[in-house]
Amino acid sequence: MERLNRPIETAVQQIPDEWFQPIEKDLNKAEEVSRPSLSFYKDAWIRLKKNRLAVTGLFFLIVLILAAIFAPILSPYSISEGALRNQNLAPTAAHWFGTDSLGRDVFTRLWYGARVSLFVGIAAALIDFFIGIIYGGIAGYKGGRIDSTMMRIIEVLYGLPHLLVVILLLVVMGPSLFTIIIALTITGWIGMARIVRGQVMQLRNYEYVLASKTLGASTARIIRRNLLPNTMGPIIVQITLTVPSAIFAEAFLSFLGLGIQAPNASWGSMANDGLSAILSGDWWLLFFPALFISLTMFAFNVLGDGLRDAFDPKLRR
Amino acid sequence: MAIYLIRRFLIMIATIFVIATMTFILMHSIPGNPFTTQDRSTSEAVQENLNAHYHLDEPMLTQYGIWLKSLVTFDFGPSIKQPTETVNDLLSRGFPISAELGMWTIMIALLSGITLGVLAALKHNGMIDYIAMTLAVLGISVPNFILATLLIQQLAVNLQLLPAATWSSPMHMIMPIIALATGPTAIIARLTRSSMLEVLTQDYIKTARAKGLSPAKIVIKHALRNALMPVVTILGTLVAAILTGTFVIERIFAIPGMGKYFVESINNRDYPVIMGTTVFYSAFLIFMLFLVDIVYSILDPRIKLHKKGGS
Repeated sequence: MERLNRPIETAVQQIPDEWFQPIEKDLNKAEEVSRPSLSFYKDAWIRLKKNRLAVTGLFFLIVLILAAIFAPILSPYSISEGALRNQNLAPTAAHWFGTDSLGRDVFTRLWYGARVSLFVGIAAALIDFFIGIIYGGIAGYKGGRIDSTMMRIIEVLYGLPHLLVVILLLVVMGPSLFTIIIALTITGWIGMARIVRGQVMQLRNYEYVLASKTLGASTARIIRRNLLPNTMGPIIVQITLTVPSAIFAEAFLSFLGLGIQAPNASWGSMANDGLSAILSGDWWLLFFPALFISLTMFAFNVLGDGLRDAFDPKLRR
Repeated sequence: MAIYLIRRFLIMIATIFVIATMTFILMHSIPGNPFTTQDRSTSEAVQENLNAHYHLDEPMLTQYGIWLKSLVTFDFGPSIKQPTETVNDLLSRGFPISAELGMWTIMIALLSGITLGVLAALKHNGMIDYIAMTLAVLGISVPNFILATLLIQQLAVNLQLLPAATWSSPMHMIMPIIALATGPTAIIARLTRSSMLEVLTQDYIKTARAKGLSPAKIVIKHALRNALMPVVTILGTLVAAILTGTFVIERIFAIPGMGKYFVESINNRDYPVIMGTTVFYSAFLIFMLFLVDIVYSILDPRIKLHKKGGS
């Protein structure tokens, strides 16, 4: 308190003039970046790592993908053949997740099912990504008449009820892994195209793109350095959220009997088989596929949320 | 306003037309027709009569014309597998039940989703927020058909609290509605929370607080009004999700709604029913999207209805 009340002149007078020395103006130093520069992805990765839930999701997905790849090594049992005397066994040391009504090992079938579910999810997301980026990119970049025509088409397609279209296609083409992916992507790319188009249109007119142009950057450099890094965030988020919805759609279709056909397994078809078993008390037939569908969707969802936060420049501190 | 409405209306008609044409092409690209695939042997004459009765002997273009005409007059003809019933019969029997299920689901999802979202936003980073958001992510992650079976197993089989199937009393309606509403509730809760958090930092909320309004009044009258805009935008998508959800839910709970007939008609390859229900569903959904668009543009004064593009 006392210090504040002291007249300001006396405080200044007490400081001798020789304490002050002009420093030389160093132009190089003024331009120097104070902190090491981080690339967009490094920065996002650092912030993603702080999100414990998202990291857990990522970890779970990596383990799941590895388990799906190495499914034949993980377990000694076969996917399609079981011993009939081992029907409907509850989980034991030999059959960790029990056996189904044909004596097949649920643990084994789960990993083969993971292959189908993950394959459908990732394939659908990637195809959506390629079609969406091209369609949306052209519409957003060209603008004008081309854009508005392309957008009218999207507007018409957007109103179509996706799952109905998918169901119709499956009825006509017959259920198989290939048709499921085709059916899912035939309407699935629209969301991606809209996002890419919106991003490209918005970024195209930003001042920093103009600044880059003024400084003589080539179009390729603008696209690579200015446009792509900033569009990739929402696109990657969209991909991580497309995968669980494709996995859900596959499970949904298999549950209706339109998906993967026996003896192959998918989590949806296993849940469908488990539905009838649950009334006789064989809970593990439904529980494990249900658990893995839910965990996988959960993992993708939290990872997508985490990525969305990590990529959002507004949240950067 | 009028121009925008007309434009949206035309897009709606175009979408319905696309789905109708697509259904027609898909159904007719299946080799053979419903009668040749039946293993029951019928004489040539009967085959021909049947074909003539269902106009299957006419050229494709004429059949397409008949199909479009049946759409406009809203008369989808008889079901092939149950010839005593028309598609219209099935629709008028199934739709009210599905609509009842759907309406309850939407109402419950909106009420509980918005409440959860607002509470979570008000207690940001608090216990309630944490619990509500964990529930929300779980609600999104657990598919409705799995939730439905778990509910049946726990509440109906183990505890014997609720009836397991059919649709005859309010008690029967509890489990299907919970199973169907959980996903949308979670989506609405997350959306409400994030937009509420954003709105609460705005200056006009500070103004309202400075004026000495009660917290309840600030939230309900000032914040919620703006925070609910994103919820309105996704209503159309939610209706679609609930509608497709009814396929499995009605199947699991043996509810005699439209979804059940739709799934049955797929399994039976009953083409008139498939075509009729698909187009009916699509038209319904597309009309809902149209309504949501109009409601949104009325609610948000910033949206000029005659604005071009902006999809």
